[in-house]
Amino acid sequence: MSTYNQRSWFRITALAFGFAFLYVPILSLMVYSFNKSRLVTVWGGFSTEWYGKLFENEQILQAAWLSLRIATINATVATILGTCAGIALVRFGKFRGRNLLSIMTTAPLIMPEVITGLSLLLLFVALEQLVGWPEGRGMTTITIAHITLTMSYVTVIVQSRLASFDVSLEEAAMDLGARPAKVFFLITLPIIAPALLSGWLLALTISLDDLVITSFVAGPGSSTLPMVIFSKVRLGVSPDINALATIMIGLVALCVIVAGIAMARQQRIHQRELQLVNT
Amino acid sequence: MNAPVVQSDLNPNRKVNVWEDPAATPYVRIEGVSKYFDKFVAVDNVSLNIYRGELFCLLGGSGCGKTTLLRMLAGFESPTMGKIFIDGIDMHGIAPYARPVNMMFQSYALFPHMTVEQNVGFGLKMEHRAASEIADRVAAMLKLVKLEQFTKRKPHQLSGGQRQRVALARALIKQPKLLLLDEPLGALDKKLREHTQFELVNLQEQLGVTFVVVTHDQEEAMTLSSRIGVMDHGRIVQIDIPKNIYEFPNNKFVAEFIGSVNLFAGSLVEDESDHVRIACDELERTLLVDHGISVVSNIQVGAQVWAALRPEKIHMTLDQPTTTENWTQGVVQDVAYMGDSSVYLIRIASGKVLRVTRLNVSRHAHPVTWNQNVYLHWDSSSLVVVSA
Repeated sequence: MSTYNQRSWFRITALAFGFAFLYVPILSLMVYSFNKSRLVTVWGGFSTEWYGKLFENEQILQAAWLSLRIATINATVATILGTCAGIALVRFGKFRGRNLLSIMTTAPLIMPEVITGLSLLLLFVALEQLVGWPEGRGMTTITIAHITLTMSYVTVIVQSRLASFDVSLEEAAMDLGARPAKVFFLITLPIIAPALLSGWLLALTISLDDLVITSFVAGPGSSTLPMVIFSKVRLGVSPDINALATIMIGLVALCVIVAGIAMARQQRIHQRELQLVNT
Repeated sequence: MNAPVVQSDLNPNRKVNVWEDPAATPYVRIEGVSKYFDKFVAVDNVSLNIYRGELFCLLGGSGCGKTTLLRMLAGFESPTMGKIFIDGIDMHGIAPYARPVNMMFQSYALFPHMTVEQNVGFGLKMEHRAASEIADRVAAMLKLVKLEQFTKRKPHQLSGGQRQRVALARALIKQPKLLLLDEPLGALDKKLREHTQFELVNLQEQLGVTFVVVTHDQEEAMTLSSRIGVMDHGRIVQIDIPKNIYEFPNNKFVAEFIGSVNLFAGSLVEDESDHVRIACDELERTLLVDHGISVVSNIQVGAQVWAALRPEKIHMTLDQPTTTENWTQGVVQDVAYMGDSSVYLIRIASGKVLRVTRLNVSRHAHPVTWNQNVYLHWDSSSLVVVSA
């Protein structure tokens, strides 16, 4: 250990540089959100006035409220659909086309967003002409598009949790007189709940900050928060956007932390389950 | 309570065991059951009767089909062929939750998100029993398995032995007529296992429940069961009481699987009603077996057979025996000291190595050691003729 110094100056520098690369932009944004000056790049003293201005901005508040509604509905629906897909993929055993289905559910993860957005737009336009639904483009189309995108994330999470799920737990419940539906709601669901929670939070976060797909399927009067920010920034950065961004970073960080804790907790419980089996 | 079947050795008052009584109706009837997984034959044409109050062990190595057979009784697998009757009712198409059977899983399968109390009460909750009744019965059951002070714990806060008892309590709470146990003691350490074995037998006799136990551990099967069914490659090769399984294995597989054994290949040269003689290439003298075999099996004179001899039934001496048969001599090749006994490996003239065990009755006397010449002899009643 003496010759092999684990904390050499090189490693410390590398670590510092890496973190700086990731977080200096965000930190500078957060610091400037408390800037008194109207000019973004000139420090004029500490102030929270831009946070006050932000909450007077009707356009931003409306966009935020729309984004939040879309994100919540999207996360819930995506979690339900993703769980169904995950269960089907893990539990149905070998059926014809299982691999194909497995690859297809994860396709949106790697598909360029521009393509997903464009294809959804074409679909919505065609559907409107054929059956008259969805009428125009707005909250409905954005939500559907987001579900398409985020469902695959949930599927992957649920799939990996179920793959290591001890099936004899379900058999034991059935053996004790529980019908399949009861087994699912009393045994399976509570045990995989942490995975569902982290899937839900992930879907929420992705939906909250998606810009590309949303731009394709949004209509007049249905601008989400990222869209409003983007259009404002093009006309020049104003300090209230910094304030807004700081709040968003806080929210997203909170979601990620909660999801992380849920995942870690689930991992611990799972480790203990494995120990139960092995000891 | 009044368990009608108790191992005859333990209970000399009972003259006839239920399975020997032609008038008795079996509680579980397995008729020509086979199970295929694709082309793999897991269970191969098994027929078996298990009677009320029995503690029946299915014993076999891994992959012999014993667990598959148990899972078919529980309803988790359905037979490819054949029929299973429990209490006279054909179980075909009856789902696991509708069977009068409960199972204790090898992994225990305790619900990790429920307390001990909730785990044990789960079965009653599924029957929509009143909360007060559930509480009473759970408390009584936890008292029976000595877990009263752990009611509010979660499974991961319990030791291996405690978890095993929670699993047992949970499986017994619905008062099933038939309890299936998959390797019930497999996850416990040796000391705890011995202790739990006796507890399990006591509980079974106390409650009068029919137990079907699956195990790969012959010692466990020996101490637990009223009868053992030995399985190999999906077939049942012998069903008998533990003593007969050990002393009178009916084929080479059983002889080798249960305990250790010396096997001599030979041909039958004399077959009388009270004795048989076997000529064996590996021994200088013929083997004399003091019971005839032609009555019980269809082996003819001249047939190739195996003679099985348990290591503890060989006497080892330094003097030459005076008899003309059933002895040989050899050199001690290896000695293994096991504490209560020692195992000797003796190389005889033909090169075959025989295994001999001797109890270390005296602490100091230890006359036999490496490279020593010894004589081995055995009683004609100790040999068993088995088919290949």
